[in-house]
Amino acid sequence: MDAIQYVHQQLNTKTQNKYPEFRAGDNIIVAYRIVEGDKVRIQDYKGDVIQISGAQQSKSFTVRKISNGVGVERIFPYACPNIDNITVVKKGRVRRAKLFYLRSMIGKKARIKELRIFK
Amino acid sequence: MNGLIGKKVGMTSIYDASGKNIACTVIEMGPNVVTQVKSTDSDGYNALQIAYGEAKAKRTTKALTGHFEKAGTTPKKKLIEIKDPKISKNLGEEINIEEYFKVGDTIKAVGTSKGKGFQGVVKRHNFGGVGQQTHGQHNRLRAPGSVGASSYPSKVFKGMRMAGRMGGDQVKIKNLKVVNIFPEKNLIVIKGAIPGHKGSFVIIEK
Repeated sequence: MDAIQYVHQQLNTKTQNKYPEFRAGDNIIVAYRIVEGDKVRIQDYKGDVIQISGAQQSKSFTVRKISNGVGVERIFPYACPNIDNITVVKKGRVRRAKLFYLRSMIGKKARIKELRIFK
Repeated sequence: MNGLIGKKVGMTSIYDASGKNIACTVIEMGPNVVTQVKSTDSDGYNALQIAYGEAKAKRTTKALTGHFEKAGTTPKKKLIEIKDPKISKNLGEEINIEEYFKVGDTIKAVGTSKGKGFQGVVKRHNFGGVGQQTHGQHNRLRAPGSVGASSYPSKVFKGMRMAGRMGGDQVKIKNLKVVNIFPEKNLIVIKGAIPGHKGSFVIIEK
């Protein structure tokens, strides 16, 4: 695996540590670069992280949001060069690494409690 | 065969400038050693015999040990011949990746595919199976169907595609592209998949 890791390091000029740290349950905004012809615009996608999966080059995260009453999930690879920026809006208090149970919940039940740290 | 010998390291994916994800195979290709130079005078044709992959000395036959000693190298596992080579090398000299390939080259890869064991016709020969899933059908879903006619020819023709051992064959993949070369680590990155398991020998032809 050493050789594979070496290839990653050489070919990935974009480092994975550029984004702020976030976990499953966090509410984040992903600024995604969209190329339309020769114009580039940035679209924000805001939602809850329901899973982080994979490792190294294939590491990805899934963001779920409710759009017009319909649940939408989008998978972003960490290494994707089209991700412009990630902002963590809220830290969530969850007890699981994969929050698939949210799919079967609607309305108030589908909320994630905010993690508050008192000093 | 007109290429160099390498070892499959594994697969990875990289992103190109437009943000497209490209699946790539990484191949370790250390210097290939020339173990014999064949010429029209001595052998009737021009060729370079090259070797790669360290072998255990105690597992190498005495005949081969002598052959490798003549070239001044250690015993090797894999030997191939390059017919009518475009590069001229002497006995015992090494061929590096850079001398043979450059980024953007169209190449072919030859390897031994992964063994799949005893497989039915649907997986092995892409048959469609027989009939439907419903309408009273119960046990013919992945069956091969008829294998021939009746009283004439009264036999099953040779080469009829049936179930059997699948995989473990020599497979050549054409039209692959060299994405990158790392001479300092003897690595070559190729777009697409290449037959064989990790650690298996592959021959990259130009």
